[in-house]
This record gives sequence, C-alpha cells and structure tokens, in this order.
Amino acid sequence: MLLFLLRRSLFMVGMLFALLIITFVISHVAPGDPAALAAGPDASAEMIETIRKEHGLDKPLPQQFLIYVGGVLQGDFGNSIHTGREVVDDLVRFFPATFELVLASILFAILLGVPLGVLSAVKQNTWIDHVTRVFSVSGVGVPMFWLGLMLQLFFALQLGWFPLGGQLDMMTDPPAPITHLYTVDSILRGQFDVTLEALRHLVLPALSLCFPALASIIRVNRAEMLETLNQDYITNARAQGISPLRIVGLYALKNAMLPTLAMIGLRFGWMLGGTVLVETVFDWPGVGLYAVQTAVSSDFEPIMAVTVLLGFCFMVANFVIDIVYGWLDPRVRGTT
Amino acid sequence: MSAPEPILSMRDYRLVFDTFDGIYQALDGVGFDLNPGESLGIVGETGCGKSITAKSILGLLPSPPARVLSGEILYRGQDLLKASERDFRRLRGTEIAMIFQDPMTYLNPVFTVGEQLVDAILAHQRAKPGGERMNKAAAKRHAIQMLAKVHLPNPERQFTSYPHELSGGMRQRVLIAMSLSGAPRLLIADEPTTALDVTIQAQILDLIAELIDDLNLSVLMISHDLGVVAKVCDRVIVMYAGHVVEDAPVDQLFNDPRHPYTRGLLASIPHPGRPPTSLSGIPGTLPNLYDPPRGCRFAARCPLAVPACTTAVPEKRHLSGNHLVACIRADEDLPAEAADA
Amino acid sequence: MTDAAAETVTPAREPTWRERNQSSIRQARLYVRTFARNGSAMLGLGIVTLFLLTAALGPWIVPFPEDAAGSVHLDIKLQPPDAVHWFGTDEVGNDVFTRVIVGTRVSLQIGLIITGIAMLIGVPLGMIAGFVGGWTGEAIMRFTDVFLAVPGLILAIAIVGALGPGILNAMLALSLVWWPGYVRLVQAKTLSLKNSIYVDAARSMGAGKMRIVFVHILPNCASPIVVKASMDMGMAILGAASLGFLGLGAQPPYPEWGAMISVGRNYLPDWWWYSFFPGLFIFLTVLGFNLMGDGLRDILDPRHRE
Repeated sequence: MLLFLLRRSLFMVGMLFALLIITFVISHVAPGDPAALAAGPDASAEMIETIRKEHGLDKPLPQQFLIYVGGVLQGDFGNSIHTGREVVDDLVRFFPATFELVLASILFAILLGVPLGVLSAVKQNTWIDHVTRVFSVSGVGVPMFWLGLMLQLFFALQLGWFPLGGQLDMMTDPPAPITHLYTVDSILRGQFDVTLEALRHLVLPALSLCFPALASIIRVNRAEMLETLNQDYITNARAQGISPLRIVGLYALKNAMLPTLAMIGLRFGWMLGGTVLVETVFDWPGVGLYAVQTAVSSDFEPIMAVTVLLGFCFMVANFVIDIVYGWLDPRVRGTT
Repeated sequence: MSAPEPILSMRDYRLVFDTFDGIYQALDGVGFDLNPGESLGIVGETGCGKSITAKSILGLLPSPPARVLSGEILYRGQDLLKASERDFRRLRGTEIAMIFQDPMTYLNPVFTVGEQLVDAILAHQRAKPGGERMNKAAAKRHAIQMLAKVHLPNPERQFTSYPHELSGGMRQRVLIAMSLSGAPRLLIADEPTTALDVTIQAQILDLIAELIDDLNLSVLMISHDLGVVAKVCDRVIVMYAGHVVEDAPVDQLFNDPRHPYTRGLLASIPHPGRPPTSLSGIPGTLPNLYDPPRGCRFAARCPLAVPACTTAVPEKRHLSGNHLVACIRADEDLPAEAADA
Repeated sequence: MTDAAAETVTPAREPTWRERNQSSIRQARLYVRTFARNGSAMLGLGIVTLFLLTAALGPWIVPFPEDAAGSVHLDIKLQPPDAVHWFGTDEVGNDVFTRVIVGTRVSLQIGLIITGIAMLIGVPLGMIAGFVGGWTGEAIMRFTDVFLAVPGLILAIAIVGALGPGILNAMLALSLVWWPGYVRLVQAKTLSLKNSIYVDAARSMGAGKMRIVFVHILPNCASPIVVKASMDMGMAILGAASLGFLGLGAQPPYPEWGAMISVGRNYLPDWWWYSFFPGLFIFLTVLGFNLMGDGLRDILDPRHRE
C-alpha cells in the first residue's frame, strides 16, 4: 500500500510537470503579443519593450520555461498583466469559494445519485424507475449555464426561495477564516445564521454544477446494480437466508460501487470545468469566474495558473478515488 | 416396512418462462418424493430442467419470467409454492441448504471468506425459531469449526482470505461449509463438482459423501454425470426436456434401465472394457420447448417410438416395487442395432 | 412474403432460404428489435433526424431569414412569443425562432468539425500506440494522459485565452482537448485485436502490417468509434455553446445558441424567452445524440447491453 501511494505520488509529480509544459507552450506559441496587449493600443515600442523585459518575455523560450517552473515551485505564478497583482494572491483569495462549491456539488451528486440508482434498480420497471431513468438520461444533456439561469429565474426571481447569486448577502460579513469555507467556518465560529445564509446561497449553484454528474452517477449505479443483482454470489447469499436489505445495501452495492466510483472520478473533471460556467451565472467569487474574466482579455498568467490548479485538483481527486477503489476491491490491492 | 413421510415431495410441478420469443415450457408435470435420510440424484443433459427444479425448491427463480402453472412442492408438509419471501428466509440455510455449480462465481469477490461465513451464520441464527442469539465471536468460532470440518487446510488463515486467493476446490469447500453451517436437514447440491478439475472432483465428492453420513442429511444431488450420482445417491430420477422419465433405486437403474432415454444415456458412458467405436451419443437434439411435442418429448429421438407415443404424454407406471418409468414400451427390448450402438 | 408462399407450395424437403439463414436472420432481427424496443434510442434517432433536417433546410423554412445574420427592427424589440414570432424577439427586434433554427446548422457544423478533427488526431495516434507499442506507444499514452488529467473545458478556455475569443478559435480549442478520448479508445481496442487469434492467423499467412491495420484492425474499431462520435457530437455542441456563453466562442450577433444565451441572460427575468429557447435547443440536441449513441452501443457492443 505504501509503495502504491509512493508510485502514484511520483506519477502525479510527472503529470504536473507535463501539464506545466502544456500550459507554457499554449501561452507562448500564441500569435498575440501579450506585452503589446498589456501596454495598450497607443503604447510606443519602447513601452512595449519595457513591459516585455519586466515579464521576462525577451529571454529565449527554454530559459523562460525554467523561470516559469522555478516560479511555480516557489508558489509564484507570475503577475496579471492587466492588474499587475500577483496571480498566486488571487488564487488564494478565490480558490476556497470554488472548493466549497465543488465539494458541495460532489457530495450532493454522490449522496443523491447512489441511493437513487439503487432504488431505481431494485424497483426496476416501476414508475419510480421510469421517472429516475428519464431524469438520468436527460440530465446529462442539460447545459449547466442554462440550467443555472432557469433555476435563478424560477427559484430566485419567481419564488424568492433562494438568493440570485454571490456567496453571502452584500451586507453580511464572512466569518473569520479558519478553513476559508464559509459554511464550515461559520459553524466553527458559532454563527449559525451565517451558515444558513451561506447554505442558501450554495443550493442553486451546487445543484446546477452537479446536475450532469448526478444524472450519470444514477445511470451507472442503476446499471451496475442490475448487473450485480444477477450475479451468482447474490443467489448464494439469498440461498443462505441473508436479508434482502443486507444483500442490496452491502453485498450488491459494494460491488456496484466500483464502476460508479470510476464514473464519479470522470464526472469530477466535468464539475471542475463547469465551475467557470456556474460561477459566471451565479457571480460566485471563485477561480472559474476569475479565469473567464482574465481569458476574455487574453491575460495569460492567471488562466494558466487556474488551469494548473484545477488540473492538480483533478489529479488529487483521481488519486483519492484510486485509494478508495483499492480499499473496496481486494483484487486490485494485490496487483498495484 | 411402512413408507416414511417424505421430507420433500414435488407433485405435478409445471413451470414456464415468459420470454420475448414466447413461452418456454421448462418443466411439465415433474414429481418425486425424497425420504428422510435418502440421497436422491437427478440426472439429465443440459437444459432438461434439473437446475430449475432445484432452484424452485428454495424459491430462487426470478418471477417474472418464471411462472408456476400447477403443482405443489411440499417440504415437511409446507407447500413451498405458497411460501412468501419471508417464509423462505426462515427455511434457507437452516432447513434447506444449497451448494452450486461454479465455486468461482458464488462467493462475493469483495468480502473475505470469514465475513461471508459469519454473515451467513448470523443469518441462520436469526432465522431459527428460539435459537439463541450468537455474538460475532461465537459466529467466528463456528465458522472456523465449519472450515475445519470441510477439511480446508489452515482454516484460521483462510478465514481472512479473499475468494480470489483460493483455488476452485477450496472455494467449493468454503461454500459447502457455509451451506452446512446452519445445520440444515436437506441439502440440494446442484452439479457441485462439474466446474472442478477431475482430481478435485473426487475429493469434493468424498467430502460430500462423508458429510451426508456425518450430519444425517437428506440430499438432492443434481448432475449430468451418472458416475457422480452412482457414488453418492440411493435413488435416481432421470429427466428429459422437463419430464421425469424414470425413477429407480440406483442399482436397478444401472443394471436394468427401462426408459429408452436412460438406456441411451448409459450406453453413451465410455467404458474401459468396450472398444472406443461404441462411444455414442443419442442421435437428434432436444425438442423445442417453446412449442413442445404433444406426446412423449423423447419420441422424435426414440428407437422404439410408435405413433401412439406422439399423441399423449405417457403415464408414469410402476414396473417393480419402486421402479417408475414413463414409457409405454418400457417392457420391450431395444431393437438390435440401437442396443448395439 | 414470398418466402412464406414458397414454403407452403413446396413441402419442406430442402431447407428454405429462411431456414438456411436462420441464425443471421435472428441476429438481424435481434439488432432491429434491440433498437426499436429501446424507446429512448428511437426518441434519440427521431431528435437527431429532426436536427439534421432542420440544419439542412433551416435557412429556407424560417419566417425571417434576414434576422439570422442580425438585422435591426427596434420597433418590435423584445416582443413575447406570439403567432408571428413563435419564440418572441430579441433586443434589436430579431425573430428568436429564426435565429434558433439557423443556429441548428451552425451547431451541426461545430459538432462535425470538432469531432472530425478530434478523430483525425486521435484515431491514428491510438492505432500507432496500440499497434507499434513499445517506447512510442508509451510516449503517446503518457502524453494523452496529461491531456485527460485536465478538465477539458478549462484547457479549452486556456487555449482560447491564448488565441483570442472567436468561433474558429473555440472550435480549434475544443478539438485540441477532444482527441485524447479517441486515443484511449482506439489504443485499447487495437491492443486487444493485435493479440487476437485471427490477426495472428493473418500475420502467419504473410499479411503485411498495413494490410493488418486497414483490413483487420480498423474495421473492428469502427463500431466503438461510431458510438463515441455520436455521443461526442452532442457534447461538442454543448462545449462550443459553453464557450459562446462565456463570451469566448461565437460573438453576437452570430446565430450560435450559447452566444444568444450570453446576451439573453442580460434580459432576464422579464424577457425570459430570449435565453430560454436557445438553451432548450442545446438540451434537446445533446439529449438526441446521447440517446442515439446509447442505442447504438446497445446494438454494436453487446457487453454493454443492459
């Protein structure tokens, strides 16, 4: 197990390095001249040259890459050409919001998706199954940003149940940071009214973000449960007089969770990507919104930093899933 | 001697499967008695309905597609066809236990042998009326005892193994231990050795024979292998395409088979004494059970068939004492060339 | 019909055509029945057919063709849906129905180009990785892994960020993040086929590498590729619409669904139809391609049959 963790960690370091190469190549083969863009249309050649020097853009590419990697290793992702702020400061400021949103979404998708998949399989061909299937089949195709807008339209504007956007009301002060997650911090600080408010702000964005993932988790889990419930070992468990609840919830589910877990890993990537859409719709102050705002103005360093950051999150998530997988399935434990 | 009350008795059992291709008439009027302490074999080729018969007894057939048309299955006087899933759970493992064909697929791959055994033992305990509640430690002790009883080497260590770490023979031992851990009266063994290597087959068969004596079990042994049945069983019924065609004590069946199908089946066993040219099967194939023939289902392949065979299903009749056969020409000998073949 | 007649006229002495080909008939019937019995697959096929028809005929059947490229009728701006303007009008008085319908053709082009380029890059790479294997194969697969390790939309945004916003750059960016899936798929399939008995047989009979690849391996990769491509059509359209929504893809007034929603959201909630209908069309299109892909998979890839 230790060896497995070590190997996976090394692999991840390699992947991260490769990712840095990719983002570096993308930002340096681009036709546009970032220095000229930053300097503005009226800038003189000298000014552009100064900016170029400031950002190290005049050095040969391999050297620029080494400087880039060296910087990243020290937590330096460069400066935004537009605002001049350190990108890493921006990331630290915006990431917790994204993390809270993604965490809420994935929990939502798993805690709702797995039971619904099981229920749909057990009640196969009943109305519960049919409703769940229609939902799970159509859910994958729903554009997150459109869903977000429609949820806003209905639940925020029409019914007024939830706020339109943002992480907290304008007038509310965020809780003093501990984990930087508003919901958790407010509980730790005992400010339960803030917790409630943060949760109310979280519901619609999290729902939009988790929707496609939720649909595919239900789908995979249902199919796997049906398959598993047909296995011989289930027949044997029944022949031993083990209770149906235990057979479904333990004997079958533990097996069905393996492919479901792989799907969760895959869809987690969708969710990370979806943050740019959902954060834009709900004006959620996370790295996704930050990435879009900088991308529109061709501000390279922030987008590349967000790409590396979210790529890293995805790798960590898959790492965690591999560990859970090994914990669930004794057969992989021996081989890897 | 007065006939003992049978522990299991199947009467005129008719079962169909509703499929997309039509109604598959799997079992048609199957009936037999199993007396306490007796070992009854069911033989027949693949698709004759023996496994379906076995699974029916424990209520393990999914319905739909399975549908019972008629009959009763009496276990100690209780009609299992009227039993609810709850009733079955009280019977499974504690009264009637079953071991299956393929040990590779009947153990759950993601739990240890011990976890599954203990779970089964606790389920058996809960099902027993008035049975004392067993704690986990006691269940574990019992599980290891059972593993020792089926001669699994190093039971304490295997207790923590996962199924994929065991060989086929070892897995079958585990499954046998699991099935017998609830001290059932009736054991249904569905081709328990078919999927194993030949040398292992003999060992498992010896083990089953030993446990039958040891635990005073009544046994229903399903097999396509007459050798297996000869070794373990007192009495044999032969099934063909959903019909019981012959029912006889094991010696009588081997020495004096009366149904033409049984005779063909016995003739197809290779014997060391006979020249290999006499190795033969029965010509023809199983009838289409979506649209079964009206009369005897074997008629199309039978060397003795006469027009009367195709008009009505032959009644089962007593030839001698307890030798039953469902053939109108059972008293006659086969034509010379067929007997030869 | 004729077979049945022949059967009754000639007593069945020789096996009829129907009897001789019984197994392949049964197979074909199973395929058709699997698809036809699968209600959702038929629904998918219906939606996709409608989508293709709309894309083909769109510019000729819309009521206000001149609105497609964006004209200005401020006197009728932001009208709710009625008999003339089925989906209402937008902020400069263009007919939303016209623009959504014309957007179908745009979406079809986007989907075809993205999936096409992704396949052109991914399939050969996967084939090389699987067939040549060794150091080359390993390098290709590791490279693919890196791309798969970044959420696709993020990487696409990064690329668009570098190239500058616009529909062409958005399609290019999406193509560049879409190919790794095909490499994985084709490599796995090629690898399993390479070691299959019949490829061994072909090799032992002296078939050249090219022959093995094009005659024995490529056709057998076709069905999983078709299934994936069908599903990807929908997802690629969704991806392009997402970029359009963020202002990184097609720029208004180009009739692209995502870009329409991007403008339309500024007119919520009172003028809801402006963003509602384009979104509905994205949803239906993605749904149609997904359902059809699912149905195809049920037929072509029996292992996944439910």
